[in-house]
Amino acid sequence: MVAKSLGEENNTAGVHPLKFTLWLIIISIIMMFAAFTSAYLVRRAEGNWLEFDLPNILLINTVIIALSSVTMQMAHNAAASDNISRMRLLLYLTFGLGITFLIGQWNGWSELVSNNVFFGGETSNPSGSFMYVLTGVHAFHIITGLLYLAFVITASIRYKVHSKSMLRIQLCTIYWHFLGGLWLYLYIFLRLNH
Amino acid sequence: MSSTDISINKDVHHAHEEHDHHHDQNFFEKYIFSQDHKVIAKQFLFAGIFWGFVGGFLSVIFRLQLGWPEATFTFLEPILGGWIVNGKLDPEFYLALVTMHGTIMVFFVLTAGLSGTFSNFLIPLQIGARDMASGFMNMLSFWIFFMASVVMFISLFLSTGPAGGGWTVYPPLSALPQAISGSGTGMTLWLVSMALFIVSQLLGGVNYITTVINLRTKGMSMTKLPLTIWAFFLTAILGLLSFPVLFSAALLLIFDRSFGTSFYLSDIYIAGEALSNTGGSAILFQHLFWFLGHPEVYIVILPTFGIVSEVIATNSRKPIFGYRAMIGSLLGISLLSFVVWAHHMFVTGMNPFLGSVFMFLTLIIAVPSAVKVFNWLATLWRGNIRFTAAMMFAIAFVSLFISGGLTGIILGNSSLDIMLHDTYFVIAHFHLVMGAAAFFGMFCGIYHWFPKMFGRMMDEKLGYVHFWFTFLSAYLVFMPMHYLGIAGFPRRYYSWTGFNAFNMFADMNSFISIAAILGFTAQIIFLFNFVYSIFKGRRATANPWHSNTLEWTTPVNPGHGNWPGEIPTVYRWPYDYSKPGAVEDYIPQHVPFSQTQSSNLPHERDLE
Ligand code: HEM
Ligand SMILES: [Cu+2]
Repeated sequence: MVAKSLGEENNTAGVHPLKFTLWLIIISIIMMFAAFTSAYLVRRAEGNWLEFDLPNILLINTVIIALSSVTMQMAHNAAASDNISRMRLLLYLTFGLGITFLIGQWNGWSELVSNNVFFGGETSNPSGSFMYVLTGVHAFHIITGLLYLAFVITASIRYKVHSKSMLRIQLCTIYWHFLGGLWLYLYIFLRLNH
Repeated sequence: MSSTDISINKDVHHAHEEHDHHHDQNFFEKYIFSQDHKVIAKQFLFAGIFWGFVGGFLSVIFRLQLGWPEATFTFLEPILGGWIVNGKLDPEFYLALVTMHGTIMVFFVLTAGLSGTFSNFLIPLQIGARDMASGFMNMLSFWIFFMASVVMFISLFLSTGPAGGGWTVYPPLSALPQAISGSGTGMTLWLVSMALFIVSQLLGGVNYITTVINLRTKGMSMTKLPLTIWAFFLTAILGLLSFPVLFSAALLLIFDRSFGTSFYLSDIYIAGEALSNTGGSAILFQHLFWFLGHPEVYIVILPTFGIVSEVIATNSRKPIFGYRAMIGSLLGISLLSFVVWAHHMFVTGMNPFLGSVFMFLTLIIAVPSAVKVFNWLATLWRGNIRFTAAMMFAIAFVSLFISGGLTGIILGNSSLDIMLHDTYFVIAHFHLVMGAAAFFGMFCGIYHWFPKMFGRMMDEKLGYVHFWFTFLSAYLVFMPMHYLGIAGFPRRYYSWTGFNAFNMFADMNSFISIAAILGFTAQIIFLFNFVYSIFKGRRATANPWHSNTLEWTTPVNPGHGNWPGEIPTVYRWPYDYSKPGAVEDYIPQHVPFSQTQSSNLPHERDLE
C-alpha cells in the first residue's frame, strides 16, 4: 500500500508532514551533540586535560563529506529534471563518498591509537574519549544516512524517484546536508577547542 | 509494505469510507499492532496503570521498612524471597526499591502513561484529524516503550537486584559495579531500558508536534486550540529538546561502565584500592542529567495543566479565565524550565554567584505558575460547578499544586536549600507538586474521557470513594514529611533508628506508612471501577459532559478515522460556556456564528 498524504486533506502548515518530522528529528540530534560539546567545554575548563594533535586525515574527510553533499544536491537536481541515469550515478557517487568518509574516520582513529590516545582504559583521558565519542556518534548517524541513501537508490532503480515523486530524495538530501553540516561543526569545534 | 510506510495515513480516511461495514483488519492489526491513535492511547493507558501498581507496591514495601524499622517481615518472604534475610529487608534492596519506585513513577507512569495516553488520544480528536501524522511511528513508539518496559521489569528479578543508585543514577555510585550490587547488571538493564524509552518518547513527541502543526482541521487556528492541545504540544517540544541530552549523558555513563572511559570518574578509592580512572567529573553528569531532569518534571506536569484547565472550564460551565494568559504561562514555564536545572545542585560546590543566578531564574517560575493557579481559581469562582469525579480530581489538583509549589519557592532559595537538600522536605515538595498532582491530573483525565475511550461511563459513586481516600491519604502522607525534613531527616536512608535525633519520629513514620498503605489500597477501588466499567458501565452518550471540544462530535465509539463523514470545521474557541443569550449553556466549536445570533458578541457579528 502506498500511503498518500493526509496532509493533502487539510495541511495547515504548508510543509509536508514527513519533512517536518525530519526537521524535528534533526533538532533532537542537534540537542545530543549540543550536550556532548558543552560537556566537552565544561570538562575541559576543569583542567587535567590531555592535549594531542588532531589526525591530519580529518581535514581530508571534511573535504570528502563536503563533496558528497555536492553530489547529493546534484542528484536531487537531476531527479527534479527527470535525468534518471545521471541521478543514479550521482547517488552511487554520494554513497561511495559516504563510505570513503567512514573509512577515513576509521583511519583517523587508528592514527589516534598509534599516538597513544585511547578511548578507554588505564591511560585514557576524557579529552581523547570525547574525541572518539563525537566522531563515533557522528559516524553512527552517517551510517543511518547511508541506509536511507541505499533505500533511495533501490527506489530509483525501480523508477520510483523522478520529478513527480521527489519526497524520498528530498528528505535524503536534507538529512545528508545536515550530517555534512554537523561534521563541519564538529571539525571546527575540535580545531578551536584544542 | 511499501517504501513510504513510515508515513502518512491518508488511506485511513479512504479506507474508512470504502469499507465502512466490513472490516478488513485482523485481530493483530486492530488491537495489537494497531496504528490507530485511539488504540495506541489505550495501550499506553493500560501499560501506565500496570506500572502505577508496580511502582506503588514497591513504595509500600519500603514504607513498611521506614514505618516499622524494628519489625520482622517474614510474611513478605513468599514475595521477596532472598531479599528478606531473617525477616529483615536487605539494605541494598531498599535502595533498589526507592530507585525503581522513582524511575517507574516518573518515566513509565507519569511520562509514558500520561503523555502517551492523552496526547495520543486527544490530539487528533481535538484538532480534528483522522489520525496522527504517522501512525506507523506512533505504533513504533508504543512497542519500543513496551520493550523498555520488559527490560526494566526483568531487572526487578535479577539476583543482584535492579538499579540502586537512585532515580537520578548519579555516578560514581551508578558507574561502578563494585560500589553496590545494584550497579551491576541491574544498572546495565536500567540504561538499556532508558535508552529504549528515550527513543520511544522521541518518536511519540515528533509525531505529536507534527500533527498539531500540520493536521488541524479547517478553522482550527492556534488560538482556537483547547488548552489540552497547547499543553501536549509544549510537552512534546520539551521532550524533544531534553531527552536527547539524557541520552548523551546515559551514553557517556555506559562508556564509563563498560568501556573503561573516565567521563564521570576520577580519583576513586574502593576498599582502600585506587581505581585507575582519572580526569572525570561526577558533577558533569549532574549538569547533563538535570538539564533533562528539570524539563522532565514539567513534561510530567504540563499535560495535566491542560487536562485540568479543560475539565475545570467544562464543569464550572464557564469560559476558562485568561485563555491567552494560560497559553502565555505555559510558554513561559516551558522556556524557563531549561534555565533552572542547577537548583538541584546548590550543594555541589558551585560558584555562589552562579547559584544566585539559578536561584533568581528558579524563583521567576513561580510567576507563570501563580498565573495558572489564579486563572483556575478565577474560573471556578461563581461557576455553576458540577462535582463530577473528574472535577473533584481537578480541584484537588489545584490544591496539591499550590501546597507543593509553595515549598518549591522555599527550596529555590539556595541558602535555605543547603539546609533542606536531600531531606524529606524535598520528598514532600516534589511528591505534592509532581507526584500527587500529576496522578490527580491523570485520574481527572481518565474519569473525564473514559466515555469517549470506551463508550461507557465510570461509576461516579465509586469515583467519589476513590477520590476521598486518595485525596486524604495524599495529604496525610506528604504533609508530615515537611516536618521530618525540617528536622533534618535525610532521604534514602534505610534505617534511621541509630540516630538519636530521629528516634522521636518513629510514630510519625508509622503514621505516614499507614496513610500510604491506605492510599495504595484505595487504588484498587479505581482499578475495579475502571475494569468493571469497560465491560459493564452505563452506556455513554456522544457528549455526556456537554463539552465544546471536537472529540465529542464523534460517534460514541469512534472508528478508525474518527469521523464517519467529513471532519467538522471549527468556528469558535472551545470555551463558549454559559454565553449570555445562548439557548444552552454550551456552544461546541463547530457551531458557526450564523446559528447563534442571539448570543453573538458585537465583534462576532461580522463572522456570521
Ligand atoms: C514554584 C516552582 C518550583 C520551584 C521554585 C521548585 C524548586 C525546586 C528545588 C530548588 C528543588 C531542589 C531541592 C533539592 O534537591 O535540594 C526541587 C526539587 C524537585 N522539584 Fe521542584 N520546584 C518547583 C516546582 C516543581 C514542579 C512543578 C515540579 C514537578 C511537576 C517539581 C518537581 C521537583 C522534583 C521531582 C524535585 C526533586 C528531584 C530529586 O531530587 O529527586 N518542582 N524543586
Ligand atoms: Cu527542578
